[in-house]
Amino acid sequence: MNLSVKIAGVEFKNPVTVASGTFGSGAEYDDFVDLSKLGAVTTKGVANVPWPGNPTPRIAETYGGMMNAVGLQNPGIDVLCNRDIPFLHQYDTKIIVNVCGKSEADYVEVVERLAHEDVDLLEINVSCPNVKEGGIAFGQNPKALEQITKAVKSKAKQPVVMKLSPNVTDIAEMAKAAEAAGADALSLINTLTGMKIDINRRSFAIANKTGGLSGPAIKPVAVRMVYQTVNAVKIPVIGMGGIMNYQDAIEFMMAGATMISVGTANFHNPYTTVEIIDGMKKFMKEKGIGDINEIIGCVK
Amino acid sequence: MSAVKMTAKVISQERLASDIFSLVLYVPDIAKQAKAGQFVSVYSHDGSKLLPRPISLCEMDRKKNTIRLVYRVVGGGTKEFSALKEGDGIEVMGPLGNGFSQKNKKAILIGGGIGIPPMLELARELDCEKCIVLGYRDETFLLKDLEAAGDVYIASEDGKTGVKGNVLDAIREYDVKGDIIYACGPTPMLRAVKEYAMANNIEAQLSLEEKMACGIGACLACVCQSTEIDEHSHVHNKRICKDGPVFDAREVEL
Repeated sequence: MNLSVKIAGVEFKNPVTVASGTFGSGAEYDDFVDLSKLGAVTTKGVANVPWPGNPTPRIAETYGGMMNAVGLQNPGIDVLCNRDIPFLHQYDTKIIVNVCGKSEADYVEVVERLAHEDVDLLEINVSCPNVKEGGIAFGQNPKALEQITKAVKSKAKQPVVMKLSPNVTDIAEMAKAAEAAGADALSLINTLTGMKIDINRRSFAIANKTGGLSGPAIKPVAVRMVYQTVNAVKIPVIGMGGIMNYQDAIEFMMAGATMISVGTANFHNPYTTVEIIDGMKKFMKEKGIGDINEIIGCVK
Repeated sequence: MSAVKMTAKVISQERLASDIFSLVLYVPDIAKQAKAGQFVSVYSHDGSKLLPRPISLCEMDRKKNTIRLVYRVVGGGTKEFSALKEGDGIEVMGPLGNGFSQKNKKAILIGGGIGIPPMLELARELDCEKCIVLGYRDETFLLKDLEAAGDVYIASEDGKTGVKGNVLDAIREYDVKGDIIYACGPTPMLRAVKEYAMANNIEAQLSLEEKMACGIGACLACVCQSTEIDEHSHVHNKRICKDGPVFDAREVEL
């Protein structure tokens, strides 16, 4: 039985990784998950310098999901290189580094800093809805997306995955823009912008007023967008958005995702990633699937 | 040992006040290693509620392998927990957080509202002179248990029990003295306790609260502001779930 998949020439032992920001640097889940079992660990978005993030409350639970406006708090690229990457090298897993920035120069600085690091993919976050500058500003306009993709690609030593926002009118147009600018792969979806009001306090549930909605509530939107994207471009797609179990993971892969990321489910059940890998194997055995690649995009 | 997530068995549930419940759970892997001031994440059976509810440990019985959670029903999740009956199963993860760092000096334990329960285990474990100061809105709860563990002084907002006012009013009224403060309660109370401790040059450990998601330091939802740049975050933020919930008053800005 083969579970390994390839993205931009990088081979992953299985198609399961985690959504950036839900798994820290991996160290936080060490008590619960043998990181060597994962196809890859995707690290929390990192900028050129430390970012303090947004005021609290940063999260709110919603029906079948949650909203967050953490605001990309991160310790900066130096800490990632000196502490988090060496930690992850203890494990037999691939490393995907999520990169964020306020300006094109910020993104490029991080990517250049990573040039000499032993990491496997760079995931460029142009879709965070919770920061005032940068983030989603690059991910909602095809021209801006094309420009940032080109800038990153010109300096990157590793394959580049552009992480797309669902907060757009036409996801296919965005996907094509990233592909045309040289992106090696795409990942989607980031969170959907939402709002929650506390009716007793007459205030916003989250200090930032708006937050990114995630969890199973958004899964049908994510599956639809993965399907539309896969059918618009030739580069591979990492699918995510509300994946709670192996059935959800298989669904994304049948829609066309080459890999899948587990996000909010990690908060509900820290063992979700390994349970999905085990579930995939069970599903393949039951259905007589010898190679997981057979099901990628099998539903047309 | 480290934190575990597992199904706990309900031993008993009791209503202590209109909206305050006491739940005793059989969960050996947590009971054996937990310390006063730590908390557990409790998970709803309802699939529409994904995030665990962080609830502080009120007591541990290491012989019976049980933990006791005393909590307020504030929404759908805690309402579901309040309906649990003997023999039911419930998912819990723990023990989480750092807990109090117990010192052998005359202690003032201060609990406000639903910050009162963690003071019970602490009061039992502290083997030194201690006073317990409690702030209630109106109805009292856990009073007998706490009175059995130390000298208790009370303030209530409605004035029906003890001094009318807050915990600091009780401290002044009863002239409560000590060399270290351990406190848990709402942020305005902790802010006042910090100010009192600084003014009187008393060491204080404060247990903080914030909306949480992962409970293990990954998601960065439940941060508080730190006085100095934190060595993990490299900014002025500490994670309440992982670096706390108990902080030295001088470490945090409230």
